[in-house]
Amino acid sequence: MDLLAKVAAWFANPATWSGPDGIPIRLLEHVGISAVSLLIAGAIALPIGLAIGHTGRGAGFAINLANLGRAIPSLAAIGIVVPFTQALDPELGFSLYPTVIGMVVLAIPPILVNAYTGIAEVDRDLVESARGMGLREREILRGVEIPVAMPVLFAGIRSAAVQVIATATLGAIYAFGGLGRYIVDGVAQNDNGKLFGGVILVAALALAAEASLSILQRVLTSPGLRRAEPSSAAAP
Amino acid sequence: MDWAWIGDHLGAILGRTIQHIQLAGIALTVGFAISFALALVAIRWRRAYAPISGIAGILYTIPSLAVFSAFIAITGFSILTVEIPLVMYTLVILVRNIVAGFDGVSADVLEAATGMGYTRRERLTRIELPLAVPLIVAGLRLASVSTIGLVTITAVVSDTFGGLGFFIKERPFFLTEVLVGAIPSILLAVLADVLFSRVQRLLTPWSKRVAQPLLPEAAT
Repeated sequence: MDLLAKVAAWFANPATWSGPDGIPIRLLEHVGISAVSLLIAGAIALPIGLAIGHTGRGAGFAINLANLGRAIPSLAAIGIVVPFTQALDPELGFSLYPTVIGMVVLAIPPILVNAYTGIAEVDRDLVESARGMGLREREILRGVEIPVAMPVLFAGIRSAAVQVIATATLGAIYAFGGLGRYIVDGVAQNDNGKLFGGVILVAALALAAEASLSILQRVLTSPGLRRAEPSSAAAP
Repeated sequence: MDWAWIGDHLGAILGRTIQHIQLAGIALTVGFAISFALALVAIRWRRAYAPISGIAGILYTIPSLAVFSAFIAITGFSILTVEIPLVMYTLVILVRNIVAGFDGVSADVLEAATGMGYTRRERLTRIELPLAVPLIVAGLRLASVSTIGLVTITAVVSDTFGGLGFFIKERPFFLTEVLVGAIPSILLAVLADVLFSRVQRLLTPWSKRVAQPLLPEAAT
């Protein structure tokens, strides 16, 4: 097949693998920005979600946030930021900044909501007995609620990770690098080898991230709870 | 904000809004038809569920920019390049919720229906389907919100498509135009969410709460 030959030729070309537009650098950009965005989103969303789940206060806020978060198209999340950041910094404001901000905004709702639902769904009797045994609130959260809620909690992080990797690809519509670059440039240059090379790399990265996080989730879940893994929590 | 620009482009804004709804509507209709058939297959032959749901889930994980761009090379700048991926992304949401809806019908109800002399087909259409409606509509609700978001990305295919996403992408530094694309696209998604909640209340007045859909991992 013609297309297959073009893709193979693109992968076989040494130039594909070297320099600032080479696969190693582009992969690093993509994974790096995704990891940083996920960390920022987690640092914001986890404490809030855990607090809402533990205290039960602000549940309405969490649910509304989840619905709003789902309603924001990812292109809009990046696009809205561009005019502002570009005015501040013509270069990074058109590439790195809007992509990161858009990714963080989109990653917060799934992490926050699953942290909240996971904790809120923990059997109240379990929490009461922990309290009766003299555990402090912080200890209850760390020792009882988080371990029991781990599968649901982690499903939120997984879902956010897949979303973040996809959104990083969209950054290439603007000036961000990452693996999306090959796709956007491949279309612009009518270079199907590059285009499909990019498609394969992006799809492989998303699937690999999802698979490795599933494994990590299994490892982090206490053996007693390892029966079924929920793909995601149903928001109440 | 450049209000004059908005005033000069009201016709185009309306046109793009209609296009947005049309592109999403076609995808949801075709996606629902395919998903319903797949769900029936999965219910009839249980062993088919894991592969159907698994493959749909893998397709859903692939970033949308990659899929739309790949189809440019296959189906050119035709509407198929837009609709095939959009339909593909609805499958996992719809199939899983339709199957879950049917699964939620209790065995006692089914046995009672059989005992009353319902044939398999009658039981499906008159007993199981109405009881599965809340989750089916919940799935449609989620799929519509997701599809409305994805339509914005079809702007990368060509200026002919994109719905409101066209305005987000056309001139990235022109805040007014970006907002004219972004805000109505968010409003459309919220509107679809509210609309399908209402539909579910109308179709199933006996259910007290609006059913929550099963969520797959996010596609963008």
